[in-house]
Amino acid sequence: MIENSKAKSFASPLLWANDIFCSKSTGISWNSLAALCWIHRAKMDTNLVEMFRAGLNWVTMALDAPSARVVLFGVRIQWHIFVEVLLGFVIVILLSQKSYKPPKRPLTEQEIDELCDEWVPEPLIPPITEDMRHEPPVLESAAGPHTTVNGKDVVNFASANYLGLIGHEKLLESCTSALEKYGVGSCGPRGFYGTIDVHLDCETRISKFLSTPDTILYSYGLSTMFSTIPCFCKKGDIIVADEGVHWGIQNGLQLSRSTIVYFKHNDMDSLRSTLEKIMTKNKRSKNLRRYIVAEAVYQNSGQIAPLDEIVKLKEKYKFRVILDESNSFGVLGRSGRGLAEHHGVPIEKIDVVTAAMGHALATEGGFCTGNARIIDYQRLSSSGYVFSASLPPYLASAAITAIDVIDQNPELLVKMKQHIALLWKGLKDIKGMSLASDPESPIVFLKLENSSGSTKEDLLLLEKMADRALKEDSLLVVSSKKSFLDKCRLPVGIKLLVSAGHSESDLVKVSESLKRLASELLL
Amino acid sequence: MITIPYLTAVSTYFSYGLLFAFGQLRDYSRLIFDWCSTNNLHGYAPICLAHEDFYIRRLYHRIQDCFNRPISSAPDSWVDVIERYSNDNNKTLKRTTKSTRCLNLGSYNYLGFGSFDEYCTPRVIESLKKFSASTCSSRVDAGTTSVHAELEECVAKYVGKPAAIVTGMGFATNSAIIPVLIGKGGLIISDSLNHTSIVNGARGSGATIRVFQHNTPAHLERVLKEQIAEGQPRTHRPWKKIIVVVEGIYSMEGEICQLPEIVSVCKKYKAYVYLDEAHSIGAIGKTGRGVCELLGVDTADVDIMMGTFTKSFGSCGGYIAGSKELIQYLKYHCPAHLYATSISTPSAQQIISAIKVILGEDGSNRGAQKLARIRENSNFFRAELQKMGFEVLGDNDSPVMPIMLYNPAKIPAFSRECLRENVAVVVVGFPATPLLLARARICISASHSREDLIKALKVISKAGDLTGIKYFPAAPKKQEEEKDRIKLD
Repeated sequence: MIENSKAKSFASPLLWANDIFCSKSTGISWNSLAALCWIHRAKMDTNLVEMFRAGLNWVTMALDAPSARVVLFGVRIQWHIFVEVLLGFVIVILLSQKSYKPPKRPLTEQEIDELCDEWVPEPLIPPITEDMRHEPPVLESAAGPHTTVNGKDVVNFASANYLGLIGHEKLLESCTSALEKYGVGSCGPRGFYGTIDVHLDCETRISKFLSTPDTILYSYGLSTMFSTIPCFCKKGDIIVADEGVHWGIQNGLQLSRSTIVYFKHNDMDSLRSTLEKIMTKNKRSKNLRRYIVAEAVYQNSGQIAPLDEIVKLKEKYKFRVILDESNSFGVLGRSGRGLAEHHGVPIEKIDVVTAAMGHALATEGGFCTGNARIIDYQRLSSSGYVFSASLPPYLASAAITAIDVIDQNPELLVKMKQHIALLWKGLKDIKGMSLASDPESPIVFLKLENSSGSTKEDLLLLEKMADRALKEDSLLVVSSKKSFLDKCRLPVGIKLLVSAGHSESDLVKVSESLKRLASELLL
Repeated sequence: MITIPYLTAVSTYFSYGLLFAFGQLRDYSRLIFDWCSTNNLHGYAPICLAHEDFYIRRLYHRIQDCFNRPISSAPDSWVDVIERYSNDNNKTLKRTTKSTRCLNLGSYNYLGFGSFDEYCTPRVIESLKKFSASTCSSRVDAGTTSVHAELEECVAKYVGKPAAIVTGMGFATNSAIIPVLIGKGGLIISDSLNHTSIVNGARGSGATIRVFQHNTPAHLERVLKEQIAEGQPRTHRPWKKIIVVVEGIYSMEGEICQLPEIVSVCKKYKAYVYLDEAHSIGAIGKTGRGVCELLGVDTADVDIMMGTFTKSFGSCGGYIAGSKELIQYLKYHCPAHLYATSISTPSAQQIISAIKVILGEDGSNRGAQKLARIRENSNFFRAELQKMGFEVLGDNDSPVMPIMLYNPAKIPAFSRECLRENVAVVVVGFPATPLLLARARICISASHSREDLIKALKVISKAGDLTGIKYFPAAPKKQEEEKDRIKLD
């Protein structure tokens, strides 16, 4: 009895395995198996067993006498072991059978050639429509507050020349000496002898102006954001961005492949609820980086971001802030140091600050500033910095001079703010449009009150208005333009970029002209 | 074709393995160190994860002084390289006020417009005084001046296409134009060694990307056939359009693209050709019109021609040239044209003046001289280097010459040796090149004189002997053979 139970305990895992496979593939049921086992236990005295026992005894007697039992792996061999071994073989054979798959038939050479001949591609570009043939105005002098178009003197509200530094003698002087010393281009990327001492001086000057540890210079304003964001945001990270950000930021967000969540334009409640939703969903990962992306002064609407509230939210939910200060650098704040000074927030609280220099600084290029670790990392991994030629040296020296001028002449800021206030007064009661920007922003945005329903129609109407302003009243204003790649859905309108170099008569003229045109075209 | 000797491959792998092992060891010890100190990043994930910048911290920082060398003069044939020193084992480098005058073999100054030019610079300064450094506005608002209009006409005529559009940066040109031309449902087939700007633009467009073997038209044909027959992935719908992207001169190999074969393959399968002539415009061809002129390809066969002005014209910016309708469409939709500040007016004037000099329209034959000189210089330099036994890549006539180094230790050794002898070279390693194939890249300029090149050859030969990079046997010297023959006689 003891021997039987020992053998059975050895055989029971085998039986269990047998059961699982047999019932799936061959249809032998558990019942028949159980029956087999019961049978062998019940019929211990059948002829087969007798014959087997006799054979075994004969074998053991034939071998050495002391080994009275055949013991294999410490278990006494009994006949049911052989049944189980046989079943094991059957399982192995069934497992090794290939499952049935219909045979694959790859395309023949002739079929491939036929497909290639039949294929007709779309034309490279869709047919050109009439509105695509619109030509922009061609300037014949510098794009300052007054410029020349077609021989006529025109008041220019289309250049982001907020402090009137275009044509300033100090800038022209420093550019001329840089051109004579260095030529125009820098002939190489920053890593390969394209780093000129003016670049390093410019970076130091910007860091000193903003009181940040370090700065990195880019050679093109638009590429600043779409090179910085993919550096720090990779697949899997979470970015919460304003829905009104400009194309450069949108492209950067797309290239970063992170999860992007948009919140309503400049709406702090929407931001708060979005952050709340995200934090309750993803409490786990420690290596997940979270960012809020916003612009200081939005290019598409002229609104100013409430930085103090953003910083409060960021500290509560542990996000990092990436801020684009292109239109607020040199403009907001008592001394022009940007949005942080305007709201009284210490600049260390903002993790990454980028800006394009083609606005208040009247030069080209862009920069990014922050703590030393962030800037050092960009010097090797930011594609727009490593794989592109560096900024022409005369533009870098123009940037240094422009910052010096801003430092030494704070009255330029005061004048600009006065002009904005004057313009607001003049445009307060315009019919058909309403002022949608912030009263302190240098971008004065007039949005259409009654949209026709189709963005294309609205854009054509605004273009007509801008053309008439140029032809009849010699005024250059900006009508919104949209590329099909731009995902921003904010209302379109007319933009006026106010400069410290405008005179009061210019501002009165533009208000009168726009009021007249709006009443003629929009009502 | 790069043929790396077996022993060199083994020793390179071993060197990298050793560097990696030491780097990991230092990381572990830093981890233990940091456990003891406090961390002030409560609740925030680290902005740069440890494994992402391992290469930067442990390998790149050791040889940081070979890269990002600042200069304090124009990037001409001779430059003043500023000396730097380090107090913390190359982690941070500080500037000094001293500089050394070195022969410049690293800047992309193919025709010598990189410094003060007697024709170009006075005109540039004039346009600066008239138009100021920037227009602070995008091209469609108030950023188009008469100089911009003239520039686009000039470029279109020079390149041989009906119209052109100019943007302020070469990198952004690719990133902003490719998404406008092709989107989801389209296919981009690009060469395996294309530049990062093309890869960025292709990724940003949303189209499917396939790669073909570098400069192999036969493989391109195979890929095209396969892809057209299969259609879009998963749905198998036919592709909307196919664009094949190639470069004129590949900057890391110095090779010229096999344009006639590629154009004929694309014509057969109705794919569009996009040619990026960043390094080849102005540098090759009889009148500097690039790879189409050199290889005899009709410009009407190439649908989209792109190039940059940084290399041969000594300015900044990029252009796209094509049919009038294409350029009109791009002007209406391209984000770089609608939203970005227009190219700086003095830079635009520099390009116009440089093109006038090249074509001889300034009244002198300096342009033709420059073009002839760069061809002569490149061919002479390449032949001499090959005679000395260096492994030099690239085709004849191409002004870009990579010299193979392979081992990671030879990268800083070669660079520092050359700098000691006042020759400034550029060395490139991983990740710009594959791991095993580090190289030193020479860029010849038309402003190098014969004496400059002979001095450079002497210095490079000495540095090459010291570092052991003469992988091929040197050509036997003919004079010694003649002497022997005379002796026997």
